[in-house]
Amino acid sequence: MYQEFKYLISDSVCAGLSPLSGDLFGKACPRFIDGFLVTIELLVLACGIGFFLAIGLTLARMSGRRPLAWPATALVYVFRGTPLLVQLWIIYFGFGSLGEDILGPILWSFFKNPWLVGLLVLTLNTSAYVSEIFRGGLANVDRGQLEAALSIGMPWLRAMRRIMLPQAIRIAWPAYGNELVLMMKGSALISTITVLDLMGQTRTVFARNFDLTTYLYAAILYLVLAGLITAFVNTIERRMQLSAGR
Amino acid sequence: METLHTLLGPLSFGQGGWGDDLLKGAFLTLQLALCAMTAGLVLGLLLAGAKLSSSRLLRWPASGYTLFVRGVPEFLILLIVFFGSDRLLNWTATSLGLEAGYEVPKFLAAVIGLSLIFAAYACEIFRGAYLAVPTGQIEAGAAIGLTRRQVFLRIRFPQLWRFAIPGLGNLWMVVLKDTSLAAVIALNELLRIAKLGGETEIRPLLFFTAAGVIYLIMTSVSDIGRASLEARARRGVAEV
Repeated sequence: MYQEFKYLISDSVCAGLSPLSGDLFGKACPRFIDGFLVTIELLVLACGIGFFLAIGLTLARMSGRRPLAWPATALVYVFRGTPLLVQLWIIYFGFGSLGEDILGPILWSFFKNPWLVGLLVLTLNTSAYVSEIFRGGLANVDRGQLEAALSIGMPWLRAMRRIMLPQAIRIAWPAYGNELVLMMKGSALISTITVLDLMGQTRTVFARNFDLTTYLYAAILYLVLAGLITAFVNTIERRMQLSAGR
Repeated sequence: METLHTLLGPLSFGQGGWGDDLLKGAFLTLQLALCAMTAGLVLGLLLAGAKLSSSRLLRWPASGYTLFVRGVPEFLILLIVFFGSDRLLNWTATSLGLEAGYEVPKFLAAVIGLSLIFAAYACEIFRGAYLAVPTGQIEAGAAIGLTRRQVFLRIRFPQLWRFAIPGLGNLWMVVLKDTSLAAVIALNELLRIAKLGGETEIRPLLFFTAAGVIYLIMTSVSDIGRASLEARARRGVAEV
């Protein structure tokens, strides 16, 4: 059903572009669009889940309770301190090499699926960076508001959720937008663990024709994606300013 | 002791161990990052100059360039440079009447690719730092009769670094981590050595984790260096 929907999109886009596209793009178009859609779906999922995970991590780090704060801090530190490529390879090639005997059937079916591993690593990676961004945002919200909320008897978690976090996210939004674009660029690395995202499809096409314009077409598609993300971020930003001004 | 040896044995130093190879890889990673940063800083300054200039002929290509690099994956840029530089070299060679079949050294290709990426981000940092110098200071300089050149050299330029250092520190961490992409074009830096070791010893998890730990050490040390540089850049400045 969903797969058919994607085929429908790629067919109609390629048919629409066919008068404009040259020989190379015309032939490889379904691959490009298919990869483009895989990249988008991974990004939407990873950034969506990562957003909430980042809030959880930030709260855990600020909670002042060691059993919560310590693991969250360690996770953020490790994911920000190592390259995304290394994270992907540790989890896919590293854990994946342990085999079914050690991992058990459920974990094994997870670790041999590159799409799921890619989603997991992208989500954890982005949540680490975003958590740091939110923490910076929180530092710029007046602490007195938290103290006021606590003093009228609001629980800490609710005070964070209703008062501190909304303001922090508004302050941090431009930085968050930058992180989304960086995430989009980083997602190209999942092609190294055999996911056929836009980069993966591009490399497949290039391996057959050895034509450098293949890469230029991919670059254009990535630029389109960056433009879409920037437009999305700007729209939300304008909305937030409107609601803040009211 | 015995179990510890079977667990970590492949990482030992000397004969039969990969410890020294991994360290050599880490050294190459550092060299790569340092070369890319040096070239990237120079190129970034030039780009920032072009972006701040009053001539459209300079401004537009610089803006187009930074827009391109900031919107296209680093991985793709590296591949374009890696394959493109070979083509360009051979094309130049054949059009000069020489025989084709040259290869750009992988290290050089990686440095070019990484520095092109570094430059685009450094350009934005320099531009921001240039504009961060309060206009009052510039006007004051003009009021006491300094020429534009003197204002630049004595007022703007010395403060440029102060405003740019936090951003550049960040960028160093980014380029340090981005060097790992060179593993994909088969340059023997840290991650590729770890890959080779993991394949030879059939212990990929151990070797990739070891590489991860070495990266973490390098970024942690960099972070300490960055903090002290930032503190130095802030010295004598009133806390707000």
